[in-house]
Amino acid sequence: METETQFQVDLGNLMAVDLHHQFHSIPSSREELVKECIAKGTELVQAIANNLFNLPSTEDIEGPLVKLPPPTTRLPREKHIPKPKPPTKWELFAKAKGIKNRKKDKIAYDESSETWKRRYGYDRANDEDNVPIIEAKMTDVPGEDPFAKRQQDKKKRVEKQDKNRLQNLKQAAKVGALPSHVQLAATRLPITGTQAAPQKVTKDELGDVAGIAATATASGGKFDKKLPGEKPGKHKGKYRTVCFLPVIGGKGIHTQEQEQTDKILNKLISKNSHEMLNVNKAVNMYNVKKDKKRNNRPEKSSATSSQLKPRKNLQKKPYNKGSSKPFDKGSKKPFNKGSKRPFNKGSSNKGRGK
Amino acid sequence: MLRVKTPQKARARRELEKRAPKLIETGKKTLILHGMKTSAVLNAVLSDIYHLKKESAVKFSRRNKDVCPFENGGETSLEFFSHQTDCSLFVYGSHTKKRPDNLVIGRMYDHHIYDLIEVGVENFKRMDSFSYDKKLSPRVGSKPFICFIGDGFDNVEELKHLKEVLLDLLRGEVVEKLNLAGLDRVYLCTATSSKKVFLTQCALRLKKSGTVVPRTELVEVGPSMDLVVRRHRLPNDSLRKEAMRVVRDQPKKDKNIQQDTLRGKVGKINIPDQKVGDSFVPNKTKGVKRERREAKLKKEEKEGTEHASKRQKEDAE
Repeated sequence: METETQFQVDLGNLMAVDLHHQFHSIPSSREELVKECIAKGTELVQAIANNLFNLPSTEDIEGPLVKLPPPTTRLPREKHIPKPKPPTKWELFAKAKGIKNRKKDKIAYDESSETWKRRYGYDRANDEDNVPIIEAKMTDVPGEDPFAKRQQDKKKRVEKQDKNRLQNLKQAAKVGALPSHVQLAATRLPITGTQAAPQKVTKDELGDVAGIAATATASGGKFDKKLPGEKPGKHKGKYRTVCFLPVIGGKGIHTQEQEQTDKILNKLISKNSHEMLNVNKAVNMYNVKKDKKRNNRPEKSSATSSQLKPRKNLQKKPYNKGSSKPFDKGSKKPFNKGSKRPFNKGSSNKGRGK
Repeated sequence: MLRVKTPQKARARRELEKRAPKLIETGKKTLILHGMKTSAVLNAVLSDIYHLKKESAVKFSRRNKDVCPFENGGETSLEFFSHQTDCSLFVYGSHTKKRPDNLVIGRMYDHHIYDLIEVGVENFKRMDSFSYDKKLSPRVGSKPFICFIGDGFDNVEELKHLKEVLLDLLRGEVVEKLNLAGLDRVYLCTATSSKKVFLTQCALRLKKSGTVVPRTELVEVGPSMDLVVRRHRLPNDSLRKEAMRVVRDQPKKDKNIQQDTLRGKVGKINIPDQKVGDSFVPNKTKGVKRERREAKLKKEEKEGTEHASKRQKEDAE
């Protein structure tokens, strides 16, 4: 809207542009510039206000309300124009047949209880699922449960409806007119029969797997080039957290290794040793090993050999996890090897396993 | 295999519907963020802009490493943020030796970069440094007057672009009804040279005059700065065409209606041709079915020939 020859006024945006003003000489100081700008600005605002206050206004509580015209300067949109939703299969059919949607009331009359109940939801009117008696028909098969049959039929109908809904949404997605709150997500095909829940892989798990893959080379992944930003693996070569102790050394009588073994033995032989060492289990394990050795050798025919004596307590006793801790937390030596020591008089572990 | 995913809560559903594309758009939200290095001036500029657009702006406080709006790969972070916060305008501040006190103002279309303009800030004066009667201070969210002064806005391409972007940034919501009592701020943009624009905010004072239209007075209030245009990027033609598409409300035409003094209001009803084959006739009557018809015809023929042959035989005999 051009009211004055100089200014272009866009009322919808409350904007005015003065294109004819020229700065012939740039004002000397900043303050002068500012003053001049404000003076010019006042003129422009006055021009807009002239147009604005002359519009028809309605009186409101807060002040005079004015209906603004739409803005004339065109600005780009922020999002694309939404595409209209394609009609669903039912909508097409209804249109062709001429079926009109009739508005239904929320409350309906229930004949069985002779009251007014809601049409849908809990305790609804004319509910077909909760009938106490279903009369038998001539077409009924004797062994069939009619209540279960009704439930199954309903389930099938619901499944069919879901399938149709999905098809309609797929059609809409093809055109690009999927409703804003709906997303179509791909599901994993179920393993036949089982309901395998989709496993979400965590960041740590991924890191572990990546680490395993990285070290699965001939040189253990030491010389591979790393991607920029890739962190070195967490589990480095050394798996033995406790180093072998020096055998010789130290001024005292005992070396470090001797001290370690002494500590262990003291704990075992002490007053509370029964808590630390499960004697029955140790004996069983020893006997079982002996049996295996014997069985590996060429068998002797006699069943009543002196060596094959019936033994007590062939059942394994529950391992006392709480108390049987003969070693320090630092060491990783397995338990059974420790228990063997007081009994391992002659044979060593090397003799096993033929 | 596909499945339908909808939000479980009504609140999430409402949020998604708010962010969906609409036929007629009202306001754009602005995202304010900064890069790896900022100066004191730039910090003040960004926080002042945030205060000007309090309700419709989102300000990120952390540094952002990967944001380079003018480079090919550096836009992905911005597009992601735009998607997350549903902002179509962004103001990115950074400070380097080559480009000190740099502001990149950009717009998005469908959460992809539409256009960019890079300006440098000079002679910045904060909102707090202005002294004026506090009663005049403009309220948050009020619709501003915007004035552009200078012929540069028509001649120079960069300034034309800057004018459009500033209009988008400063104008606020597009409203149909405006309360005249709530008008209290003016933005003045003056093109002082072919590359510089002086931007400032003023409070508006409406004084009584004889007529309905009051007399306007401006008092400088808000931040004032000199914007020096550095680089800019315009959108491609096809993108621009698509973004500028306007949805026209079709005015309802009264067709087939005539007004007559003798007859009054007369309407004409046009009945389309009846489609016999395609209509949804629920039960096809037995006689209509083609096979039955044909079978009937054949039967009649057969009978006819039989009769004829019988007669012949009789005759023969």
